[in-house]
Amino acid sequence: MIARRGVPLPALLALPLLPGCTGMQSSLDVGGPAAGELRLLIVSFTVICGIVWLLVVATLGWALLRRRPAGTGARTQRQLTWAVSLSVAATAIIVAGLTTLSFLATRSLGGGDGEIEVVAVGQQWWWQFLYPREGFQTANELHIPVGRTVRIRLESADVIHSFWVPSLSGKMDMIPGRTTALTLKAERPGVYRGQCAEFCGLQHSHMGFTVIAEDDVSYRKWLTGQAQPARPAATEEIRAGQAVFLAKPCAACHTIRGTTAVGTAGPDLTHIGSRRSIAAGLLETTRGTLAAWTADPQTLKPGTTMPLVPLTSIELRQVAVYLESLK
Amino acid sequence: MGSSGGRRRSGWSVASGTLSLCGVTLCCLACATALGWMRAPRQFRTDPPLQADLGNLRLLPNRIGGTPPESYFALGKPYEKVAYDLSQGKRLYTWFGCATCHGDGRGNIGPSFLDGWWLYGPEMISVAASIRDGRPHGMPAYRDRMTNDQIWQLAGYVRTIGAYGPSVSATARNDDPQTRPAENRGPASILFEQGPAGMKPEQGPSP
Repeated sequence: MIARRGVPLPALLALPLLPGCTGMQSSLDVGGPAAGELRLLIVSFTVICGIVWLLVVATLGWALLRRRPAGTGARTQRQLTWAVSLSVAATAIIVAGLTTLSFLATRSLGGGDGEIEVVAVGQQWWWQFLYPREGFQTANELHIPVGRTVRIRLESADVIHSFWVPSLSGKMDMIPGRTTALTLKAERPGVYRGQCAEFCGLQHSHMGFTVIAEDDVSYRKWLTGQAQPARPAATEEIRAGQAVFLAKPCAACHTIRGTTAVGTAGPDLTHIGSRRSIAAGLLETTRGTLAAWTADPQTLKPGTTMPLVPLTSIELRQVAVYLESLK
Repeated sequence: MGSSGGRRRSGWSVASGTLSLCGVTLCCLACATALGWMRAPRQFRTDPPLQADLGNLRLLPNRIGGTPPESYFALGKPYEKVAYDLSQGKRLYTWFGCATCHGDGRGNIGPSFLDGWWLYGPEMISVAASIRDGRPHGMPAYRDRMTNDQIWQLAGYVRTIGAYGPSVSATARNDDPQTRPAENRGPASILFEQGPAGMKPEQGPSP
């Protein structure tokens, strides 16, 4: 039994919250230097403010319990004058000191140039990632090599979004018509989750992405794979799925490199089968979820810009098989 | 004594007058807020049967004019007046590359939407039929590239570009500087008093 005598109830109630401190998306589960600085800030703020709060509450309690002295003479008056002047002076010194310090300190979290540049474009409600040097684009999944600084150029196609990978860095807004930048550096390999941090419309909460930090060899391998056009259809069913995809409105919004599908309104699907999630972190990529999403996106993610394209059940199965095959 | 009581009474009436004025103002504000809070219902998901029926354009044999399907009227003609649908139409205008031929609405190699001259008439059905089936002299058919509700959304938007009558709903303005009168301006008839530019044989066949 955990609930023994002596364990305070609030501590027990707070226990279920503890898993929130670790995991794919947590500012406290640090994966890079910028997030480390932020965690230091969070921890020191919490500790210092907690101590100050305890002191204030203790003083308040003491003042409430203390009996008022018999007379308020000139001595009390003098003490009061001293106390007030001291607190005013202390406030002035602290504010002036912190202001001076702020000019000396670095103001940006992990600013500067990166060894690799990636362009991230916020869209309602998904993320477009472009690797300009390799000349390909992908969606909702960012791969970075461990131990190297990656400069992310942030843009937006419609409204203000905010790029936030809590385990790697702070937030940075993506503003239409303007370019902002953020550098990411992962110190250990892993999968980190990112999320839009600026309310951007109906599906703001379903606008997530994955950052995969991997060693140089697998990163290079991934780059080479992604730069390739889509693999040719291997089986009859895949070929049929491709034919449906190209004949239906799908191809008007999506690009699959190596085919005649060159739409630019939706995510590039050239290697959708290799991505971990579809619909910006909504569902894991499987044949079933691909079929479910294609069949009825407006029920899974109401308001998304992907329309409900009527397909027969056979066409739907063929398209799902085709999309899953695009590794 | 009497005069002081009267002063007090007049003070009271001023106070109650002010209070009731404040009350009325607050009520008006609350009503205005409630009205502003209400928004046109927007439909994100078009049921497949409805989607199919929205494609049943009842066109005349010349394929130019006709009547929209029954479901279009049953829905309450949302594509002409719901701001959400008009805004989606505006996005589709960009995504589907309409600007390649029609420019920002002033026309380029395709006809203008702003000169008040509609080659196939200004009705929703004619615009929707032009988008869906294409027209001679270069207008491609979008039948296989867009869903039926998207075609209606785009048609509704195209009509607002050169609207001649006032409307209570419109799309949002662009973030970029406007290169032509915005969709949410006053009706175009005020802006273009010279009227239709006349027949333009180079832009297509005579209606």
